[in-house]
Amino acid sequence: MTDLTINGKDVTLDVPGDTPLLWALRDDLRLTGTKFGCGIAQCGACTVMVDGMPVRSCVTPVEALEGSDIITIEALEGPEADAVRKAWVDIDVPQCGYCQSGQIIAAAALLTEIPNPTDEDIDFAMAGNACRCATYVRIRKAIHNAAKMLET
Amino acid sequence: MNFIKRAAALTVAALLAQFTADGTAAAQEVNGLKTAEAFEGIAPEEARSAAIFGEMAKVITHPRCMNCHPVNSGPLQGDERKPHSPPVPRTEDNFGVVAMRCTTCHGEENRPFLGESGSVPGNGHWQLAPASMGWVGMTVPEICAQLKDPERNGGRTMAEVAHHMGHDSLVGWAWTPGEGRTPAPGTWEAFAELAENWVETGAACPG
Amino acid sequence: MTKFSPTRRGFLAGSAALIIGAHLPVGGKMAAKAASGPISLNAFVRIAEDNTVTVIVKHIEFGQGPFTGFATLVAEELDADWSQMRAEHAPADTATYQNFAFGIQGTGASTAVRNAFTQMRQAGAAARSMLVQAAAREWGLPEDEITVAKGVVSHAASGNSAQFGELVAAAHDSTPPEEPKLKDPADFVLIGKDVPRLDSADKTTGAAQFTLDVYREGMLTVAVAHSPWIGGKVKSVNSAAALAIDGVEKVETIPTGVAVYAKNTYSAFKGRDALEIDWDLSEAETRSAEEQMEEVAAAAATGEGVVAETYGDLDAAFAGAAEVIEAEYRLPYLAHAPLEVMDGVIENRGDAAEIWMGSQMQTVDQQVTANILGIAPEQVAINTLMAGGSFGRRAQYDSQFAQELAQVAKAGGQGTFKLVWSRKDDIQGAYYRPQAVHRQRAALDETGRIIGWQDKFATESIMGGSAFEVVIQNGVDPFSVEGSIHKPYDFGAFEARWVRTDSKVPHLWWRSVGHSHTAFANEVFLDEVLQAKGKDPVAGRLELLGDKSPRDRKVLERVAEMANWQGVNGSDGKAYGVALHPSYDAHFAYIAEVSEVAGEPRVSKVWVAADVGIAINPDVVKAQIEGGLGYGLSAALFNEITFAEDGQVAQENFDSYRLLRIHEMPEVEIDLAVSSEKPGGIGEAGTPPIAPAVSNAWRVLKGQPVRRLPLVRA
Repeated sequence: MTDLTINGKDVTLDVPGDTPLLWALRDDLRLTGTKFGCGIAQCGACTVMVDGMPVRSCVTPVEALEGSDIITIEALEGPEADAVRKAWVDIDVPQCGYCQSGQIIAAAALLTEIPNPTDEDIDFAMAGNACRCATYVRIRKAIHNAAKMLET
Repeated sequence: MNFIKRAAALTVAALLAQFTADGTAAAQEVNGLKTAEAFEGIAPEEARSAAIFGEMAKVITHPRCMNCHPVNSGPLQGDERKPHSPPVPRTEDNFGVVAMRCTTCHGEENRPFLGESGSVPGNGHWQLAPASMGWVGMTVPEICAQLKDPERNGGRTMAEVAHHMGHDSLVGWAWTPGEGRTPAPGTWEAFAELAENWVETGAACPG
Repeated sequence: MTKFSPTRRGFLAGSAALIIGAHLPVGGKMAAKAASGPISLNAFVRIAEDNTVTVIVKHIEFGQGPFTGFATLVAEELDADWSQMRAEHAPADTATYQNFAFGIQGTGASTAVRNAFTQMRQAGAAARSMLVQAAAREWGLPEDEITVAKGVVSHAASGNSAQFGELVAAAHDSTPPEEPKLKDPADFVLIGKDVPRLDSADKTTGAAQFTLDVYREGMLTVAVAHSPWIGGKVKSVNSAAALAIDGVEKVETIPTGVAVYAKNTYSAFKGRDALEIDWDLSEAETRSAEEQMEEVAAAAATGEGVVAETYGDLDAAFAGAAEVIEAEYRLPYLAHAPLEVMDGVIENRGDAAEIWMGSQMQTVDQQVTANILGIAPEQVAINTLMAGGSFGRRAQYDSQFAQELAQVAKAGGQGTFKLVWSRKDDIQGAYYRPQAVHRQRAALDETGRIIGWQDKFATESIMGGSAFEVVIQNGVDPFSVEGSIHKPYDFGAFEARWVRTDSKVPHLWWRSVGHSHTAFANEVFLDEVLQAKGKDPVAGRLELLGDKSPRDRKVLERVAEMANWQGVNGSDGKAYGVALHPSYDAHFAYIAEVSEVAGEPRVSKVWVAADVGIAINPDVVKAQIEGGLGYGLSAALFNEITFAEDGQVAQENFDSYRLLRIHEMPEVEIDLAVSSEKPGGIGEAGTPPIAPAVSNAWRVLKGQPVRRLPLVRA
């Protein structure tokens, strides 16, 4: 039994303690926006916010999250998230879209800490989020665009 | 299935190590690392101290230790000492960058992968050693000199250096690194004893 | 006019949609009929009373844009407003939704827009005509005075106007036109313009539904333990430990391995880890990568092969040559590695089955499922879901994945099962882009001009042994040789000769299929020859193009202009590489700017000049070029599947099958030629030229020829 908060709701997860958060979110809570890509923290598709920080849910066991505050893509909000989503849609970043939940969480986290990131800041922050469709050119542009939106 | 085989091999290795450590004849070496006792025969204290450090270097230069003591780069990874994947730069706080902090993936303990072989290594204060303590590319005498230099060792006394080696759980992790990684030679206890003996004998560096 | 039974009419009266079906060969007569209700009535366009226009798309959407593209074609002829357009996948129904390029329902070879360009426009035009007829009847006015624009039907003189939704009920009595009139391309208002993609918003909120997101009542999750050796079979299994795991319901041996049925993914994977399996390797591939590669190289060297294309007198060219240059090029097995692993949900109802998956070849998936379950194909319903990438992987000539899914359902009995592969299943699951070895020879005259060229290469047949074997004519598989034949250059004398190899490792088409190896082997060799004779890569290519290929000439000239071409050597340790390679009726020239970072090639910029004919959605085309280029770059730099000494696949996951990441993605500057030529395929054509462009720059930087991919070998 693990008690935690997920998307603002108190949740008790009655699953084995070593269950990765990813599968508890998907199989038990049907929060399917968080994706499975590799299972070994290489691709970033499973990224969620844990206590305000991006975390790979595929390698985070539920037992390590007692009392934690989890936000998934479904409930990600705030000015940075809004700007990122708008920037993403404005220039049609997604192709297949499968990695984009993770990309958007990472991008929103980046802008929260670094409101006006350089290309290098973007490279470092986003290097853990792989995109097989290689939408990287547009991810970079959309992050810059979102940063501009946040200035005004 | 690979996991079972690998786990079994590790268990056997551990049992063997235990066995030889208990037998008096082989007590001078445990799991590929000579114990402090093995150096008692060296009379000049300085030579003995330097020889002990030479032995400690087997641990220090092992991938389990070197991978998180890079000089210019970010962390290295695996027994092959490849650049960390996904890439992480060295930062001032030695803790990654936004969206790529150490804790984005690493927890307080090793975490076996579900459905795949291997694990994400973890420890309560998983992070890079500061740049001043970088070892990659250095010779053993250079590493030794660095460890003794308060300017570069985080202002530690030699006793504190030995204490770090013997009691910091992040150092101890090197002997329980999780599936998919070779543990450092010896045992943490044997290494701790070597470190104490090295400091007690004057912390001499090999020439 | 189509008559409906009273019952049907009653149903229609209460329904809120007009459905326009159009099933006809491209350019044939329109056989649309008005109908309503479920879309199994052969439908491409559904108009609802809320004014939404939903296009039923027969091709799977996995990022390449058919939802947006087909909606554009329909909206153009329907004169709809873009904001009212929607799209959804068609059900499995070969008669209605076949790909005219294949004769079955399926997606691939960049054929979506090319096969349905006219069909979708006709569907839109037919719908428009039926709305206009409805308005004419309602208003008592002549049809030819009624106009449609931006989703509004109106009559200027009388001031009548109506939204589409208001005409839905009346349109049920309209007659589908025999030959819907299509617009003159000069009058296009949407085709060729940028419209926002229909699927972007849902892909930023987690709302987009993929197969992995399908959860059904009572569903069990299934993981299959596959042989670590390709072709290995289960000899014996001890499942006691697996069955002891909480949540594991049962374990069954199926033809491809051992299936663990569990209440969730965690238990399924845990259970699979706990299996003890002895593998029968008598049919397995147990040789190392080098042994396998040497076999292909030997075939290229000594096999006779078949001539795929020839012109001129090759023997005379080589006999009279002042100089002959030769080189051998090797390309590895490649996994597709789409980010969503292979997955599918199947409900076995005994006498029928329903599937939810990213089906890329619905007809074949339906057939094999029916065969395995012993039911008729019509009893297998397929719900096609958006897929997290494919790059060729989700279409297998033998429906490898649907077969396994059906076997899971067969062994599982009645019930609902979700089969989920892990990444290791994917990377080690074969169906790779085959290895290839090209032996290139060029004959040069005294001036250094190429007067003869032979490309003799060995690789597997892409279509051999598949349902598409019929494409193999005179022993030549067009998908294995494409790109080595019909080259844009005029060499005077030429021969492409293919030696077919076989392997126990199942292979598959991989984004750009044959072009994925032929572009590299040909454009790198050409560059080496030009360099050996002191010729500029752009000027040297233009010389060989002559008048043979005006569209290729144009894109090469254009890319040189864009990059302000000054030769291969740049400042600051940069080098520039050129490649020109047409495919899928699309013409591409690349110039890549490359430097060395930490011992590896780093591509900082790629200039792309492209002529893809009419671009339905230019921005989608550009996105596909960026993506195709990045996908090809990942492979060129990092990717190969190898086999350890004992024959096990050496790669397991993205730590060993390295993906291109954001810092490795170059800036991409694209110039899309304005063209009225028929649309080319854009999902794949951007991939082939990047490997040779980067390799040509890397050779300049390192002073060493590049004869093997990937450039960064583990």
